[in-house]
Amino acid sequence: MNLEKKIERLTLFLRLDGELDMHTSDLVRQAIDIEIEKRGIRTVILNLQNVQFIDSSGLGVILGRYKKLLSLGGKLKITNVPPNVYKIMELSGLPKIINFYDDETHAYEEGRRA
Amino acid sequence: MKSNQLALTFSSIAENVGIARLLIASVGAQLDLSLNDIEELKVAVSEAVSNAIIHGYRNDANHVVYLELEVMDDALKIVVKDEGYGISNVEQAMQPAFSTDPERMGLGFVFMQSFMDDLQVDSTIDIGTTVTMKKQLKQSSNASH
Repeated sequence: MNLEKKIERLTLFLRLDGELDMHTSDLVRQAIDIEIEKRGIRTVILNLQNVQFIDSSGLGVILGRYKKLLSLGGKLKITNVPPNVYKIMELSGLPKIINFYDDETHAYEEGRRA
Repeated sequence: MKSNQLALTFSSIAENVGIARLLIASVGAQLDLSLNDIEELKVAVSEAVSNAIIHGYRNDANHVVYLELEVMDDALKIVVKDEGYGISNVEQAMQPAFSTDPERMGLGFVFMQSFMDDLQVDSTIDIGTTVTMKKQLKQSSNASH
């Protein structure tokens, strides 16, 4: 799992590359939590374009970050989900809870306008 | 379809979940399964192996997980076995959204159930857990090869 981080005005852009399972979900949890705690990040935009696989561990870490950000008045947004990954997410009911966007620009713009 | 058997024994560490998935994906590809079927097999194996490591061995790396695959005439059988703590109430553990850990969704068994045609969980406290899953294979015209 490769993680690419970018921070812009208290928004963390995180691009994941690899398979999101029990092994790599720990890395993602740490990567997000450290920015929430140390930099006060409150919006996380998670780009899943290069994620080839997800299971319940991966879904759990995403839901966990969503809940954590929500409790701090923040937001988690998901973008660029590949169809096979979306199918698993849909079965879990995650898209009913978390907002999905076509790309990072849409995710970033939404909410800034409001 | 030719019958085939494979067994993989590996340390109970998270890195090996990906290796278990590679094995099932390769066998699925040999069986001419669709990409969607292979994806589902990968998720089912990933869940069973993750459960063995996280719950069976409570993340203790000093144990082994057994993965056995058997290609039969009409089905692919997958067995994931640990010699860990065991599950006290299998029925409860298999309920959707049941999880002993708030960071987890409790979907492991739900995915195994949805993606496989048959799921059996045998568990004994302090002996371990064996998950047996089956995927029906379509009888193809090249069965006589």
